Amino acid sequence: MFETSALNLHNQRVQRLFNILFLLMTMLLITPVLLILGTLIVKGGSVISIDFLFTSPTNGMTAGGIFPALFGTIWLVAVALMISVPLGVAAAIYLSEYAGKNWFTRIINLAIINLAGVPSIVHALFGVGAFVLFFKFGTSILAASLTLAIMTLPVVIVATRESLQAVPLAFREACWNMGATRWQTIRRVVLPNAVSGILTGVILEVSRTTGETAPIMFTGAVFFTPFLPQGIFDQTMAMSLHLFVVSTQVPGVPEDLPYGVALVLIAMVLLMNSLSIAFRIYLRGKKKW
Amino acid sequence: MPGRQVTKTVDSTAFDRRNADWYFDKLVQVLVFIGGISAIIFVVGIFVFITKEGLGFILDRFDFHEFFTSPYWYPADEDDPEYGILALIAGTASVTGLAMLVAIPFSLGAAIYVAEFASGKTREALKVLVELLAAIPSVVWGFIGLSIMNPLIIKLFDVPVGLNVLNAGIILGLMAAPIMTSIAEDALKAVPDRYREAAEAMGATRWQVIYKTVLPAAKNGLLGAVLLGVGRGFGETMAVLMATGHSINIPHSVFDSVRALTATIAAELGETAVGSDHYQVLFTIGIFLFIITFIINLTADLIVRGVRKG
Repeated sequence: MFETSALNLHNQRVQRLFNILFLLMTMLLITPVLLILGTLIVKGGSVISIDFLFTSPTNGMTAGGIFPALFGTIWLVAVALMISVPLGVAAAIYLSEYAGKNWFTRIINLAIINLAGVPSIVHALFGVGAFVLFFKFGTSILAASLTLAIMTLPVVIVATRESLQAVPLAFREACWNMGATRWQTIRRVVLPNAVSGILTGVILEVSRTTGETAPIMFTGAVFFTPFLPQGIFDQTMAMSLHLFVVSTQVPGVPEDLPYGVALVLIAMVLLMNSLSIAFRIYLRGKKKW
Repeated sequence: MPGRQVTKTVDSTAFDRRNADWYFDKLVQVLVFIGGISAIIFVVGIFVFITKEGLGFILDRFDFHEFFTSPYWYPADEDDPEYGILALIAGTASVTGLAMLVAIPFSLGAAIYVAEFASGKTREALKVLVELLAAIPSVVWGFIGLSIMNPLIIKLFDVPVGLNVLNAGIILGLMAAPIMTSIAEDALKAVPDRYREAAEAMGATRWQVIYKTVLPAAKNGLLGAVLLGVGRGFGETMAVLMATGHSINIPHSVFDSVRALTATIAAELGETAVGSDHYQVLFTIGIFLFIITFIINLTADLIVRGVRKG
């Protein structure tokens, strides 16, 4: 009564076929990237040394190291974080704890989606028009970091909102019933339970900010400067722009040098991302509710 | 009457809870509200500031017909500058189009595999890999196009230049695929399990369940994923700047070099004087890019949200 019919067999073969087909497609998506990473490591690995990381470029950027770019990227990311983290966390608190389900919230969400979707070069134009010219910050770390902060704001907002919303409503209700104000509840109950999720989002933002090139090209990062930045009104070199410069703008760069720069940049980005992912997986295992 | 007066006084002192905490609470509410509306302020700000910089050109020199239908882009010509962006639009469209040909089948295939076939550790591993794929910065992709894809294309197809539509299209496809995969996977996950159970109860195989039940139900979400991929490709700057060859062309084959709208701004803004026609026309292109991506994102959001309601 339950023997397999020819039709059943056929259907099962079709299913197995598609299973393999989709597995292949997934693999084809991932393999090129692994190959590329492999190439970067093989070709760039020989360039990287302590000297490469901690000396300045020499001979018109055809030799020497990447220290000013590395140092500049750290500046840019740090200042961008100081702006976007408080703003993003405030926005997420508003959206998760205060906002109602109405047209206004809908518009905010739409604005966040659009902020994330605006091309990076348009963010650069905005940075030039608003921060460099209108607010007269000039091409400086401040202007570049503001541009980066606004561009990556959606990353912080979305990650923080998700981790705030993951805190059960019952936690808040218990606190409200004790007579606590909304802010006391957020400060003492919601934020402590969501802080690791927020951190995951922040690390992700560091990774995004590190890799961006177009938004800083005209707002604060320069091809080359012999000076390290002393404050937020100085110009600086940056890793991402440095990769662009040594691979397209400077003649006579030895073939391996850009690979070394690319490898350091991608190592920074992927390290941050892996950290964020590992943190998330660890948290999921630890969750108490 | 006097009695009532007394009650009122008692009320306002005994039950007035407006202490320091209460005021602080109100203050915080205002502060987080400012944070909440910051996204709106920035989106409006972006539009206002790029319009402000480009307005001079739009008011004085802008010729709608020339701008959108002329393939001649000579903004730096001192005697007779020409501002036609048709070739740039063709460049962006050809690269984005090819990228979608690469990205749509692979990312939908990967999304179906991850959401419907894979399970447990395999699924987690694949999701992590896709996420790492999405993290690679665009300037690194551009470098890959320049130094790895370029010689590869020259060797494989025996063409003189490897920086062309094919190169940038593949690069952009690989860049857009991860984000499309994860949004498509979300769309598939949003299909309620009872749909699958009902179909399985009828004796359907896994593939039949997917093909006949899950895909039709997730149709809108998948469309939204594709649209967001298009938006991503359209707005990509550094990779396109480095891998297309950056020469003005209406492409006739995938081996032609082209130049994209975004890349033009990135390459030329540094050379222009603030306030010049050339400078302002670059901001005008920026306005055009902003409006197009705005429409794409809005449409994608409406489509995806439509499905959630249904």
